[in-house]
Amino acid sequence: MSTIYILWLRQVKKYFRAKSRIIGSLGQPLLFLLVFGFGFGSIFQQAGQGNYIQFLTSGIIMMSVLFTAIFSGIDLIWDKQFGFLKETMVAPVPRWQIMLGKTVGGATVASIQGVIVFVLALFVGFKISDPLMLPIALLFIILIALLFTSLGVAIASIIEDMQGFQLIMNFMVMPIFFLSGALFPLQGLPTALEVITRFDPLTYGVDGIRSALGGSGSFGIGMDMMVIVIVAVIFLGVGTYLFEKIQA
Amino acid sequence: MSGKFDLQKTFMVGAVQPDLIYIRRKHMVSNLNDINIISISGLTKRFKDFVAVDNISFDVKKGEIFAFLGPNGAGKSTTIKMLTTLLEPTNGRVTINGHDPKNNKNAVRKSFGIVFQDPSLDIDMTALENLQYHAVLFKIPVDIRKKRIEELLRFVELWDRKNDMVKTFSGGMKRRLEMARGLLHHPKIIFLDEPTLGLDPQTRNHIWNYLLEINRKEGMTIFFSTHYMEEAEKVAQRIAIIDRGRIVAIGSAAELEEKTKTHTLEEAYIALTGSVIREEQVNGSDRMRLMGRMMGRN
Repeated sequence: MSTIYILWLRQVKKYFRAKSRIIGSLGQPLLFLLVFGFGFGSIFQQAGQGNYIQFLTSGIIMMSVLFTAIFSGIDLIWDKQFGFLKETMVAPVPRWQIMLGKTVGGATVASIQGVIVFVLALFVGFKISDPLMLPIALLFIILIALLFTSLGVAIASIIEDMQGFQLIMNFMVMPIFFLSGALFPLQGLPTALEVITRFDPLTYGVDGIRSALGGSGSFGIGMDMMVIVIVAVIFLGVGTYLFEKIQA
Repeated sequence: MSGKFDLQKTFMVGAVQPDLIYIRRKHMVSNLNDINIISISGLTKRFKDFVAVDNISFDVKKGEIFAFLGPNGAGKSTTIKMLTTLLEPTNGRVTINGHDPKNNKNAVRKSFGIVFQDPSLDIDMTALENLQYHAVLFKIPVDIRKKRIEELLRFVELWDRKNDMVKTFSGGMKRRLEMARGLLHHPKIIFLDEPTLGLDPQTRNHIWNYLLEINRKEGMTIFFSTHYMEEAEKVAQRIAIIDRGRIVAIGSAAELEEKTKTHTLEEAYIALTGSVIREEQVNGSDRMRLMGRMMGRN
């Protein structure tokens, strides 16, 4: 337990110390929210879909959770390359605890980031319909954060250096974001695109938090939650397995 | 700390004479007993077609100061990684403090401390936090944790800087902090992979001072690799030379000189390993390390 705690603590401490990084990482979601929100707002309205900011906020919250989570997982590569991981690896503790501490720490950071974006959205004009549903929304944030931090750790366990980083960014993180329904409704899509969105775990995160925050979801909160929990458990398992196999 | 070995103050006036430190070893009463704290037999590591470590066998005695020398790419680091549970051997047997890394990793890990060849501190945490992290991972009980950390930070003369971020430390300070960290859990053995690489003679002197003191007081075994022949010659009681994955000689500096009919360890070393420059394969880790250095992370 103390192992998981100290790894969590390290992650969270470092997050709060890097104030410029916190602010920097809020720039992109804020830009998306403002530019897309107001840029496409009138078209969205004309198409009869209602207020775009109201729709978009859920997507942008999940976007920032996704990015922060993947990167907190992947920053394991830095520990790997700058030797700190070796120090952790020679400690007399089971590796799964190290993996779990790292993942929970990264997920905490990503969740905080998501909550900050949510608060910022309130200032931009986002309105919550039912405050009692906020804990459900938070639960979706936490689960998505866990899911993608595990994925980040899994990737960092197998790639050797930052060379593969751009590849992951362009061929994984961006598609996960764009194909999740964060920016557009999932109804009336071309069949191919619709099928792809169903395989994107973020789709269920966006859909779930959108329902919880008062929008109309496609799958229902229960279904969203179930899919995310299953995928998160799988990713945690895969991440732990790959992490155990790291040889320094 | 009481009873601190203070050769500098005892012998030196004025300018620092790093070599003075080594006088001590020459006069050291050797109280080695016959317990093998490290036993290696038939140890082999193969990476695809390349044999990095080729069927090596030797023992290190409890309390011994043991130097492990060899050209770049000879298999030093690979061997140390296998001894410290970081790498699975392809073949052979290792026993560390009576435990087999294969089936009792944690018992092995509790037995040793290590200072890696490359920096392994978290530079975005303070000196204190780095040690606290280690103390928790090594399950040092909460009630003695604080005291032990203070003791070691004072020992390596970094107590005043305990709340400073490690990124503000010089290379020598980082090394001393890593040393303190490696010693934190009272290991029976300390592994040092080129511990004094790139350090000035003053810092090297200090570092050996710390190590020899703990070796003397606690009977801690020191297993180190180095490219500084004079360091090995003056500090180590026994020396093993590895080349192309094989142990080419083992013995005291005098024995190696005698065997090769040379007068210094450096000459003996060259006689045993040849004078051809070795090139190491560069892998992803090296590239990253380089990148990190450029970005000022190390």
